[in-house]
Amino acid sequence: MSGERGQAQDAAGELVAAGGPARGPGQRQDAFGAGGTGDTSGFGGLVAPVPVLTSSERPFADADANTVYDALERVFPRLGEAVERAVVDRGELTLHVRREALLALGQTLRDDPGLRFELLSSLSGVDYPDDLTGRRLHSVVHLTSMTHRRRLRVEVSVGDDDPTVPSLTSVWPTADWHEREAYDLFGIVYTGHPGLTRIMMPDDWIGHPQRKDYPLGGIPVDYKGATVPPPDERRSYS
Amino acid sequence: MTTTSQPYEAGYAESGSGRVYTVTGGDWEDVLGHGEQDAERIVVNMGPQHPSTHGVLRLVLEIEGETVTETRLVIGYLHTGIEKSCEYRTWTQAVTFLTRADYLSPLYNETAYCLSVERLLGITDEIPERATVIRVLVMELQRIASHLVWLATGGMELGATTAMIFGFREREKVLDLLELITGLRMNHAFVRPGGLAQDLPDGVERAIREFLVDMPKRIQEYHRLLTGQPIWKARMVDVNILDAAGCIALGVTGPVLRAAGLPWDLRKTMPYCGYETYEFDVPTELEGDSFARYLVRLNEMGESLKIVEQCLDRLRPGPVMVADKKIAWPAQLSIGSDGMGNSLEHIRKIMGTSMEALIHHFKLVTEGFRVPAGQVYTQLESPRGELGYHVVSDGGTRPFRVHVRDPSFVNLQAVPALTEGGQVADVIVGVASVDPVLGGVDR
Repeated sequence: MSGERGQAQDAAGELVAAGGPARGPGQRQDAFGAGGTGDTSGFGGLVAPVPVLTSSERPFADADANTVYDALERVFPRLGEAVERAVVDRGELTLHVRREALLALGQTLRDDPGLRFELLSSLSGVDYPDDLTGRRLHSVVHLTSMTHRRRLRVEVSVGDDDPTVPSLTSVWPTADWHEREAYDLFGIVYTGHPGLTRIMMPDDWIGHPQRKDYPLGGIPVDYKGATVPPPDERRSYS
Repeated sequence: MTTTSQPYEAGYAESGSGRVYTVTGGDWEDVLGHGEQDAERIVVNMGPQHPSTHGVLRLVLEIEGETVTETRLVIGYLHTGIEKSCEYRTWTQAVTFLTRADYLSPLYNETAYCLSVERLLGITDEIPERATVIRVLVMELQRIASHLVWLATGGMELGATTAMIFGFREREKVLDLLELITGLRMNHAFVRPGGLAQDLPDGVERAIREFLVDMPKRIQEYHRLLTGQPIWKARMVDVNILDAAGCIALGVTGPVLRAAGLPWDLRKTMPYCGYETYEFDVPTELEGDSFARYLVRLNEMGESLKIVEQCLDRLRPGPVMVADKKIAWPAQLSIGSDGMGNSLEHIRKIMGTSMEALIHHFKLVTEGFRVPAGQVYTQLESPRGELGYHVVSDGGTRPFRVHVRDPSFVNLQAVPALTEGGQVADVIVGVASVDPVLGGVDR
């Protein structure tokens, strides 16, 4: 659920005898929590991977990611405090940034000649209700360096109780509507935004529709004598 | 969730048949400030009905005489929750929703989404060459159609009804080709994760070659009709100027950015689908005004024709779907009297010969395939600029999150910069020159 893979893959799908190895970090045994020999479901010995939050190991597998991170390390003081985790997955570098450092980091990313991420391509919210850090709302920024032709993802996560993220409009004016959309649909509050109002939903709408606990809605439909339930009530295989 | 009282909340009255809401919009006088302002200052509400025939967009203009002092855009009238709906469908079904986002370039939506899913699956290198070439082929055909709609509706907004007739006339020819290839004029759901829904039908190459012969003459016709025409130029030259620095600050990409002199075209700068192997130019202009955007779009049509021709030359027989049967739908589709559906011949075969194939087919269609957890951002050059897809998977059979970075949504932000300080009549030109498609803006 953390959005990263590859950390706990060694435990994935591996079957061990019931009462086998003790559970360690990054590992969860049995599907139903039954201990000993009581479980007759056949799933008792299944070891499921539990996602763990770790950075990718340096040097990264991707050359561009290394270049960006090295350049950032040179010009941004105390990068280790600003960046919680740096993950390279499928050739994309993600910096999980503490919100306190977001503005300063953004300014450096835009202005430093070795980085020059002058275009904010996209900003989107993602809701991870089961986030391991307990901060379910993620504000994800995709930056493009037109000069160096590179991409970078900067991700900030905040909790439901204090969903504030500093607005990037002062660094990239294009963040304006993106942030309004993320506020409207996810309830992430961008502090310092010049006019944080709803953009997709009507002004008097209550709630933030793209959160995972917001229902999709819909009505059952009769079709040739059978009833088709609304999409969010149909069987799910995930 | 907000629990505070809402200032714009609708009033209501109880009636025999239930509660009846009344929406009055009574805040308008607060906006105007009870007549204490300068008498010349007027707030005009343009729309939400089709102010520019691009969809349902509302503009709130503050004007002094004929001069616009402030422009504010109100969007969301076409918000249908496409991104949310995707989270309740399988990875393959989501294509059917996303193709409806930007309805003038549905194949771009499909391709960008499918490229994202393929990267999540890690099968990017396994996509058959023929499928990629056909994707490029249909995308470039659609770029021509999309620019033609821009020419038609943009011309219509300026009163150039001949441009409208010409634009829609040729667009119809492209739509005929796309209908021949995909079975539908719009909202094709033709590109699927792993490849394409089906192969090209017989006779399509000849039809496209005929179009390739015809279309350059038509583009010349547009040039003769419009490029030197005094009224067309008077409405567009030196109007709604935005320079490259302004474009980048506001996130504007596509023809608007290239008309300001920056040759930023993702097909060249960050190639995908093998675009680096095609020969074509990136048209640019230096003026950064509405007329420059018109020229860029017109010239891009010619470049797209070049790419289409190269695609036809490259087509080699082969599969159009990835070989992995855990991803590729086993059914062969065919067009019957009631539209595209499962090929009866194929169903007869799997029902009659292989129970396992039938079970497999059933599981794959109802349950879908699983996509390894992770997130990707994939971008391509749509007719309006950078179309980006941020796709997140939690390892399940449904997308965890799909976000569409629609170029129209971002480019519309530039309209205040284009129109403030200009004339009211130029607002229409400004909106038209951005070429917004509200289906993509609101999603």
